[in-house]
Amino acid sequence: MSNAKVEEKLFQNRYRVDTGRPHIGIRDPDICAVTCKTQQCAVCCPAGCYTVEGNGRVVLITDGCLECGTCRVVCETHRNIAWEYPRGGFGILFKFG
Amino acid sequence: MAENFDAIVVGAGPSGNAAAYVLAKAGKKVLQIERGEYPGSKNVQGAILYSDALERIIPDFREDAPLERHIIEQRIWVLDEESFIGSHFRSDDFNKPPYNRYTIIRAQFDKWFSQKVQQAGALLICETTVRDLILDGDRVVGVQTDREGGSVYADIVILADGVNSMLARKAGFRQELKPDDVALAVKEIHFLPQEVVESRFNVSGDAGVVIEMMGKITKGMMGTGFLYTNKESITIGIGCVLSDFKKQKCSPSQLLEEMKAHPAIKPLLEGGEMKEYAAHLIPEGGYNAIPRIFGNGWLMVGDAGMFVNSVHREGSNLAMTSGRIAAETVLELCAAQQSLTARNLALYRSKLDASFVIKDLKKYRNLPGILHRNPQFFTTYPELLNRAAHTLLKVDGVDKKAKEKQVRDSFREKRSLLGLVGDAYKMWRAFE
Repeated sequence: MSNAKVEEKLFQNRYRVDTGRPHIGIRDPDICAVTCKTQQCAVCCPAGCYTVEGNGRVVLITDGCLECGTCRVVCETHRNIAWEYPRGGFGILFKFG
Repeated sequence: MAENFDAIVVGAGPSGNAAAYVLAKAGKKVLQIERGEYPGSKNVQGAILYSDALERIIPDFREDAPLERHIIEQRIWVLDEESFIGSHFRSDDFNKPPYNRYTIIRAQFDKWFSQKVQQAGALLICETTVRDLILDGDRVVGVQTDREGGSVYADIVILADGVNSMLARKAGFRQELKPDDVALAVKEIHFLPQEVVESRFNVSGDAGVVIEMMGKITKGMMGTGFLYTNKESITIGIGCVLSDFKKQKCSPSQLLEEMKAHPAIKPLLEGGEMKEYAAHLIPEGGYNAIPRIFGNGWLMVGDAGMFVNSVHREGSNLAMTSGRIAAETVLELCAAQQSLTARNLALYRSKLDASFVIKDLKKYRNLPGILHRNPQFFTTYPELLNRAAHTLLKVDGVDKKAKEKQVRDSFREKRSLLGLVGDAYKMWRAFE
């Protein structure tokens, strides 16, 4: 699915973004770009937070994160994702859940 | 806030609320820590509430709990690309109080449950993420929060921190989740006028309908779709085992889009306004995936303990029951003046073993593996069933005996006689 379409969905959600303090990070970008053959995070993340650029590098923007944990669990070969919950009160704030 | 509590409960979902409520009600000094803005703001579920588990904790919950619709009809649909074959069970018995189950909206329900917990005497702190357990040797003595000076101590820490249970993993109590053991579910809520929901699903008052779906909508992945009616909205979602999403290179949001476009589903959503998109991991690994759930000074409840019965789509009731039993275990040990060591807290596991929570998980322990090794249950059979119905129901001058033969042949061609018998045996073994 195009990211634009996911973004339309996420637009309905309520977030309090912890600007400048993303709760998830890629440990070593070279592993994603060079070693990882599958880049599953870009496929499986339900919020489309991961995109693969033309040069094969994976870019992560956590603003739309639904805090499900999928990216961390699928990165089982390289364990290249540093995953934490956002600081208290930040991140997705479900209106309905 | 270097204060000492009898118990700290991490998380204010169904399991954490159940545990905190039972402990507080018995007079224990309970601190509950929730990372969301309010309880429910981080929580995602279908969502069906089964009355029994809650009734055992709050018998009169129906008086003020925010409930959407009580379910009087369950539909099970097996879909191929353009059709479905299904069964509907509707009973007026389900339309007589006290009702057996309800649809709920978790952000509202969890907030209500939490108010009950606070009224029972527990102290709730929101907007606070617990970062680590504080250990003294191998004994959990408290938690470290992301608040300044945020160490708090207690005789017991109950981990109700959900499927990802970061705390248990950081403390080395459990391994990382395996993609085989969790389902990724995505869902949306669509708002419609109450009378539209009611006429569309042939219900009135507070009655409601649920539809569980399997077949081509999951593109061969092991999983199911669902559609639940709320008062003025419809929840629609789909979940598949995460390892299948990996294998199929299938985006979850795309999967949901295609499901919503199915000719049998699309008219049910017509005119609705989508107001939220959510995703969640569901611990569906079953009995074999249950981690260590107790240790020196700690207990694990709810999704963190992998207590989900994926066959019957039950989770929140297992969560509440495990939370209640954890609290009862603590109370029993305290009353007997026994210390909260791993050896004594093993009582929690044996109590759970004797309850429906573990009994049901044990009953279906082979099912996840069998379904996973046999994708035909999600692809070939839905297609065969739908084609068979189509063949038998279409009036086109072909005699009925020839039509029956066509159906038989189609099954044999796709699965062979041995395959059919083998599949029947596998299903029998799985559900035995």
